Amino acid sequence: MNEETTRKDAGTPETPEVPETKSASTFRLVATLAIAGALAGLLIVMVNQHTKPIIDEYKAEQLRIAVYEVLPGVERYNTYYLVNDSLSLTLPEGAKESEFKRVYVGYDTSNEIRGVAISRGESGFQDVVMVIFGFDPSTGKLTGMKVLDSKETPGLGDKIFKDQVFVDQFFAGPETPLVGVKIGAGKGNPNEIDTITGATISSKVVIDIINHGLEEWGPILEKGVPQESTQ
Amino acid sequence: MRKTTASQDFIRGIWEENPVLIQMLGLCPALAVTNSVKNALAMSAATFFVICCSSVLVSSCKRFIPKEVRISAYILVIATFVTLADMLLQAYAPVQHKELGAFIALIVVNCMILGRQEAFSAKNNVYRSLLDAIGTGIGFTIALVMMGGFREILGTGSFLEFSLFGPNFEPWVIMVLPAGGFLTLGFILLAMGFFEQRKKAKAAQTAEASS
Repeated sequence: MNEETTRKDAGTPETPEVPETKSASTFRLVATLAIAGALAGLLIVMVNQHTKPIIDEYKAEQLRIAVYEVLPGVERYNTYYLVNDSLSLTLPEGAKESEFKRVYVGYDTSNEIRGVAISRGESGFQDVVMVIFGFDPSTGKLTGMKVLDSKETPGLGDKIFKDQVFVDQFFAGPETPLVGVKIGAGKGNPNEIDTITGATISSKVVIDIINHGLEEWGPILEKGVPQESTQ
Repeated sequence: MRKTTASQDFIRGIWEENPVLIQMLGLCPALAVTNSVKNALAMSAATFFVICCSSVLVSSCKRFIPKEVRISAYILVIATFVTLADMLLQAYAPVQHKELGAFIALIVVNCMILGRQEAFSAKNNVYRSLLDAIGTGIGFTIALVMMGGFREILGTGSFLEFSLFGPNFEPWVIMVLPAGGFLTLGFILLAMGFFEQRKKAKAAQTAEASS
């Protein structure tokens, strides 16, 4: 009894706002949101179908530019997929391209292998940092590095691609595996990279990505890159 | 409720009740992405698209939305348009999309947009709601471009990436960092408060003189 009156009291101030309706049934509430959600999903799928090819094409173009950037002096490159632990130019039939790991092997004008580019992501300070780096398999030296995607803190972590001094170190041909050192703490070894003050984690992530990538791909690449049959 | 004319609905959002500078709504994007005019414009365009579409849809569907779930419904509508804006920007303006990063997705929680739905579109017809949304969108754009302009000119010495002072200009790096956003907003509000007060004093003076 008492409970009922309080409930009524709590209900009264609401009524003048929307006078025409009594409170809707639970079914109607759920149905409204379900229909709205379904329509929203449909709309998103339609737009996604339209924009996805454009986005993918742009990303492929960015990747193409990045490969040439991290492999200086390369005339053209081939994409090799890792199929059953060996490198292959072609994919097994019916397989999806996105499921395979890959390297980009760059050639100079006389069809000699000049460098190999690997793209790889690892979690950084905020989100996954995607890096592409190139190295020369004959000397083991890096030839370049470019951050493809990062959400690192603007002003601090984003120096991994905005700080030219840091980036240039990767193009100066350091030996691998890399070691990150604080500025001034290095001993002048050829595999040292000065980390960025205030962005130690982000710079270490870049170094880790490169080292792990080399660890993973080193043994595979040592077996040799298969000859191109088409050339 | 106070009755207003169509033109009042339109003008109100632009200056008198400017969402950023007067209502203090949507400050997150206003502070975060205004380190250049180009970013400010891209953010404004995305927000403008979202607020106009949401207002039209909410005002046209308002009689089907039970009041118990209206906020969820508004958020659903806004989130849908934000996702669309995100995909369209990524396809047609990838550089800006990369620069704005997570802030595009965060338009969903821009309380300026939700505020307009709850305070206006849910109670008014489609035509008035669209006018209100356009006004608010323009107001937001003005505020963001103003901040972006100050910060880009002082922080990088350029306007819309067009260099203004030549190579010898020493940029105030702080202006493009987050702290610069707060400083700029503070100074803009200070200036607005100063002029507002002077206007009031003048009005009081003339009223005194005429009486």
